[in-house]
Amino acid sequence: MTLVLYSVIAVSALVFTVASVRRAVWYARHPLHLRWELYPVPHEAPDRVAHGGSYFETSEWWRGDRPVNRVGEWMFMAREIALLHALREYNRPLWYRSFPFHLGLYLLIVATGGVLADAVAGMIAGRPGAATLLRGGCAAIGTAGLVLAVAGAAGLLIYRRTDPALRVSTTPGDLFNLGFFVVALGLVGAGLLARPAGAPGVWAIAEGLLRWDVTLQVPGLLAAGLVLSALLAAYIPLTHMSHFIGKYFTYHAVRWDDRPLGGNRKIAAALAESLTYRSRWAAGHVSSGQPASWADVVAANPAREEQR
Amino acid sequence: MKRPTSLSDLSRRDPAAITRIDPAALAPLGPDTPPATHPTPAAPPVTSAAAVELDGTRALVLPNPQTPEEEQRLVEAFLSGLEKLFSREDNWTFLQPLVLSMEHCAHCQTCADACHIFESSGEEDIYRPTYRSEILRRLYYQYVRGGGLLSAWQHGSVELNWPMVARLAELAYRCNLCRRCAQTCPLGVDNGLVAHEIRKLFSQEMGIAPKELHAAGSMLQIKTGSTTGMNAAAAKDNLQFIDEEMREKTGLTVETPWDVEGADVLLIHNAGEVLAWPENPGAFGVILNAAGISWTMSSDIAGYDSVNYGVWYDDAQFARVARLHAQAAKKLKVKKIVIGECGHAHKALLVVADRLLAGDLEIPRQSFLTVLRDIVVGGRLRLDPSRNDFPVTLHDPCNTVRLMGIVEPQREIIRAVCPQFREMHPHGVDNYCCGGGSGFAIMSSNTFPQWRAEVSGRKKVQQILDAFADCLDPSVRKYVCAPCSNCKGQIRDTLAYHDIWTRHGILYGGLVELVVNAMADVKPGFIEWEWR
Repeated sequence: MTLVLYSVIAVSALVFTVASVRRAVWYARHPLHLRWELYPVPHEAPDRVAHGGSYFETSEWWRGDRPVNRVGEWMFMAREIALLHALREYNRPLWYRSFPFHLGLYLLIVATGGVLADAVAGMIAGRPGAATLLRGGCAAIGTAGLVLAVAGAAGLLIYRRTDPALRVSTTPGDLFNLGFFVVALGLVGAGLLARPAGAPGVWAIAEGLLRWDVTLQVPGLLAAGLVLSALLAAYIPLTHMSHFIGKYFTYHAVRWDDRPLGGNRKIAAALAESLTYRSRWAAGHVSSGQPASWADVVAANPAREEQR
Repeated sequence: MKRPTSLSDLSRRDPAAITRIDPAALAPLGPDTPPATHPTPAAPPVTSAAAVELDGTRALVLPNPQTPEEEQRLVEAFLSGLEKLFSREDNWTFLQPLVLSMEHCAHCQTCADACHIFESSGEEDIYRPTYRSEILRRLYYQYVRGGGLLSAWQHGSVELNWPMVARLAELAYRCNLCRRCAQTCPLGVDNGLVAHEIRKLFSQEMGIAPKELHAAGSMLQIKTGSTTGMNAAAAKDNLQFIDEEMREKTGLTVETPWDVEGADVLLIHNAGEVLAWPENPGAFGVILNAAGISWTMSSDIAGYDSVNYGVWYDDAQFARVARLHAQAAKKLKVKKIVIGECGHAHKALLVVADRLLAGDLEIPRQSFLTVLRDIVVGGRLRLDPSRNDFPVTLHDPCNTVRLMGIVEPQREIIRAVCPQFREMHPHGVDNYCCGGGSGFAIMSSNTFPQWRAEVSGRKKVQQILDAFADCLDPSVRKYVCAPCSNCKGQIRDTLAYHDIWTRHGILYGGLVELVVNAMADVKPGFIEWEWR
């Protein structure tokens, strides 16, 4: 039983890492697209960010340096990640449910990190456990995280079933995903509450996992919750819920990618490569019957060829 | 209560429209304005009993297959295009943003509240930004990512048949590509881009696009030099006539220079201005000459028409026209290109084409807005703002504002010359589209003009009326400044449709006209208060 628990956690951690990296690499390896930014762009000069302006507001914008306001970008990202600002701004009813859910997950990640760090520190020091303060903090954060995440996921699930607009666009997969959170994290919470006195809790399990101590007797309900939570973690990067990866690209590589070509060798090289790609589009004005390079497609003038 | 339109309705074999606009559901137009007396979009004349309909109007002329084999061939052509849409070599231009939008929608409907078409239609489900995207997303998982039962359960599925393909083609032309929805998406999903990509699939693979954009648009432009069909000789004649009229009207010397090698500025207008609103290119000539700018126009192919309709529906056509623009400038050895009052031409040449115009084609490109701001704020003209002492509001063209970040220069100009300037709400990067974006303003087949006046243009009319709520009496002359040719055309059409000039005395026009109207050296009365 304990061996199964450890194995599922280890394999899930591996799947989560590999799948997340694989997804990020997949996105990053797409060819450089044409510019498609959307304003406001927060790395613009501070006096322009307020009204959503860009460097196109300056005369002869191509001359001189174009300073990039990284602080503005970080501030925007921090607000977006921590507070789900866009959702708060544009969809408040959903934010009331989604924000506690995400905040709960953040707290759980912090608490899990604290527990693992404590276990590692204990292993290195050769004695179990570390600072009581850290343990107390992790317990409080973890408890709050569990409550918020389960309540938030349940709130989202109910909202999806009751709101007419959401109901129409909800797939069985969406309901399953939210249900998965409620059940997995709910079981962890129930397992911790129902744990018999003296039975191992998260600290002992973390230490046992790191030491691969299969003699540990983990209570069944808690073990089931941890197994499901581990499977959930492995499942996330395989689905649209991996938006913690996708969002980096939708913002940085699309909405905010305002790098002009002028003098940028990397962009020029990417364009040169793309123009060698072979277009197979079949419509008469694009194709001459055979795949042709994009350079040739762009240079062609089908209207004049028609005329001839 | 009306039944919600589901995604499966798009595949309905019954060729009838899957939804109709309910006149009672249309939002009221504004304070003191009675409901429009015009009918809402009516069913188009049905040319064939089998023709598939979406919503009672049509933007496209679609094939009408008569046999199951013909239908199958068309569906296969669509599937072939779908595969190319997600291929690196065929769609490097937008593959990354498209894949991201396919992979990460959370179906939260935040985008729907941002969409003026969805809102103005009385919340018709098919106009939700997610509706067409979800169809493409399901096809993507089914046919591009391998599909299977697990995928169908996770992502949903849709029945692929000719009625679905035909309706999807139409549905791609019920979005203005204003990307207000993308701006609000908490995950950065871009449903405007998805509509753009669906249009590309149909155009680049199946040769299906609105005739106004393709056959009589970009194809005409690369054949004759202009989407208006006006060749260089006709353009020169027209500008000569406009110069004469400007001399008479302003009392100043006005002459449009052509093909001047080494000029500082190559000015490219939307050629539609020359024919529909000649006072606009005329006002440019007055200002540039008075400010002593070294400028020229080009008689090279496409060099006198900044229009680039390809940016709305076809990458090949888009790149070809952008290349012609750059070539015209290079040939004249000008220092930079300046784009006149045309929003999509701004975005096309300054932003989207930026990663196409490399090497020999690289040339600085600038908006007229910053040039004009420097002239006006820099004191290069003698101005008398009291000549513009009437209420003025400003429409923000999505292409120059939300999609390019040019927000303040036009305001600096307008504040300098219009003492009664007032903003619309919301404005700037949060603005609403005029309802004519992405080609709608020039699409006039069937009952489409009626649809865009009643539905896609409704929000803008509401905004205009709200901006002038304190002075709606028709005896008070008011001016909507729309510094974009397509927006101006759309605003003209919607104001006319809803009888706003007669009811409320609201006229529309460009920005340069306001500047010339305020020039102290110009005869008073450049702006004529007559409907046109």
